[in-house]
Amino acid sequence: MLLRHSGNNIFKALIRTCPYNCKYSTREEDSFRLHQFSEKYLNKRLVGFTERLNILKPEQVSTLPIYRVTDSLGKFIDKSLDPNFDKDFSLQLYKSMVTLNQMDRILYDSQRQGRISFYMTSYGEEACQIGSAAALQGEDLVYAQYRETGVLIWRGFSLPDIMNQCYGNAEDKCGKAAVEIIFTKLNKNRSKGKQMPIHFGSKKHNFMTISSPLSTQMPHAVGSAYAFKRANNSRVVMVYFGDGAASEGDAHAAFNFSATLNCPIIFLCRNNGYAISTPTSEQYAGDGIAGKGPGYGLNTIRVDGNDLIAMYNATQEARKMAIENNPVIIEAMTYRIGHHSTSDDSSVYRSAEEVKYWLDKEHPINRFKTYLVDKGWWNVEEDKNLLKKVRENILYAFSNAEKILKPQPLEVFEDVYKVI
Amino acid sequence: MNLCQAVNNAMDIALKTDPTACVFGEDVAFGGVFRCSVGLQEKYGKDRVFNTPLSEQGIAGFGIGLAAVGATAIAEIQFADYIFPAFDQIVNEAAKFRYRSASMFDCGKLTIRTTWGAVGHGGLYHSQSPEAYFAHTPGLKVVIPRGPIQAKGLLLSCIRDENPCIFFEPKVLYRTATEEVPVGDYMVELSKADIVKYGKNITLVGWGTQLHVLLDAAEIAEKDHGISCEVIDLRTILPWDVDTIATSVIKTGRLLVSHEAPLSSGFASEIAAVIQERCFLNLEAPIARVCGWDTPFPHIFEPFYLPSKWRVLEAILKTIKY
Repeated sequence: MLLRHSGNNIFKALIRTCPYNCKYSTREEDSFRLHQFSEKYLNKRLVGFTERLNILKPEQVSTLPIYRVTDSLGKFIDKSLDPNFDKDFSLQLYKSMVTLNQMDRILYDSQRQGRISFYMTSYGEEACQIGSAAALQGEDLVYAQYRETGVLIWRGFSLPDIMNQCYGNAEDKCGKAAVEIIFTKLNKNRSKGKQMPIHFGSKKHNFMTISSPLSTQMPHAVGSAYAFKRANNSRVVMVYFGDGAASEGDAHAAFNFSATLNCPIIFLCRNNGYAISTPTSEQYAGDGIAGKGPGYGLNTIRVDGNDLIAMYNATQEARKMAIENNPVIIEAMTYRIGHHSTSDDSSVYRSAEEVKYWLDKEHPINRFKTYLVDKGWWNVEEDKNLLKKVRENILYAFSNAEKILKPQPLEVFEDVYKVI
Repeated sequence: MNLCQAVNNAMDIALKTDPTACVFGEDVAFGGVFRCSVGLQEKYGKDRVFNTPLSEQGIAGFGIGLAAVGATAIAEIQFADYIFPAFDQIVNEAAKFRYRSASMFDCGKLTIRTTWGAVGHGGLYHSQSPEAYFAHTPGLKVVIPRGPIQAKGLLLSCIRDENPCIFFEPKVLYRTATEEVPVGDYMVELSKADIVKYGKNITLVGWGTQLHVLLDAAEIAEKDHGISCEVIDLRTILPWDVDTIATSVIKTGRLLVSHEAPLSSGFASEIAAVIQERCFLNLEAPIARVCGWDTPFPHIFEPFYLPSKWRVLEAILKTIKY
């Protein structure tokens, strides 16, 4: 039936759409196979025959451009691109980035002093995190890798909550809410303290608990998105991962499942140039992570991850597509200014000049500050006061967390199963 | 119903009674390569019974994600031999999901079904019994039925249990085992062993297909040698029913554990160690383990590899004469 209709039409369509300068067969007997290959094998994408033996070289495919709105100094490339954020929203974005950055400094130092066992900073990736988080709805579910503390800060996960998790003390909320219900009768002050620092989670903030194995959260995110689609609840899932994690088999599985099962999901890759010591040149040979997107049938965009406004716009647009069950992958190009973690000395494998260059010439926080200053909403004095206030708040939460006792030891046996 | 139909019936009931339940895996849409999901897609729709791409880690991970937001996920891994690509998802993720968040999040509504055990000619990768790998993982439940009635009740229990479960289906029994299976909705309790035959001289413990081998050996032992065997189907490998086994061994004084999987670090080792600890004063002979050899599962040598009723009988006689 389809075949009868197609006949000549498919050839006409092919000539219009085939990009690689194919020479089309004009033989009538080819129409059956061309139709089958297009419909059945290539998911309704039209394909042609060619008699030219031409092995496609990756360089022949152009790289995906990096979407940006402002330049390195934070000035609009084109004034009409100003999203016209209102003042309160803009200041909230800025304060979140500053809070993340200042908290990183204090917790990093506290690990150096042996007060917490481990920490990972977000230096250089503040705009990538806050910009994308701000474009989501609060009920959208987030699966993170581990360098996404900014998303939690944006969602209102408090400083004490962060500190308590890092200390693994009895007030650690990354599991407390549910536990309280179970043990009210026993009147015991139970909580968690089971995972390493920075492995946050919060049901209230729709933020799935982080786990250390890389990329495992990616197929989880697809499964949750599928459940949301079935529940028809207008929620999307956002899953964050790094350029290194994208090499895991689970990333491949997740991309493929999301596209074949049409899930409301946004994949956000933080491409910061390194996976611990491994540079991206040893991680992949193609056009980054975004270059993989079309191969899976994913909607794809590459974004300047240090441009908060670009991250916001891209995520907002991606959410519109995702909510229609068209999965999207965003590759945010950024740079890991800090060490991989407190267990890593990055000077062993990269130059101090390189780091300094990104710190001085291309800092996401300074870049967005330009926006505020240009609007007349911010000045040096206000910036100084904000820094002082933010540091005070962090140190207050920090010293409180340090004083709280650890959970009681029998906690170790709880929650292995629902009922023991 | 045969075992295959019993599994189908259990999934039918699960889909009917729980609108969030989904069945998915490789080739499940047309009914599955073993026909366990026949008719379910027609009945419940393409969004509830569907094929996934060919990726076991993806299937397990996807199922965890469904369950993590409260949907019931019934995932199929085509053969237990191919569950290893999903090992990380099962062991590091599914099993620890609840613990690491102190019950704030869990994937308890996940059940992974997979075909299991020898089938006559399965060779290395269509015959394995990997339960012991998972028995070393706190947070999981591992369940194996011996026949259709058990399969339906245990599978419904797994699907409705609030912990991630792996349900191994002995594929050689899919069509060979037929029983009068109740058509209604019923469950069989997990972590509870089943005394299939009472006896007084020796306790025989097994699960899945091997239970039938034990029953055959017990019959010969009784008829030809006058040995009364108590035969127990463990049913749940993790967390297992220590009390039922220990109570039996306290009575009989002797224990034989048998499984198809290789001997070294097989689940029989765990049972033997725990029972030795619990029943030291009651044991009158060393605990016998009759298992597969410590080799990969061979193709043409399958009859020599399997712990047959003759090997079991020999071990019974040796244990009794000790």
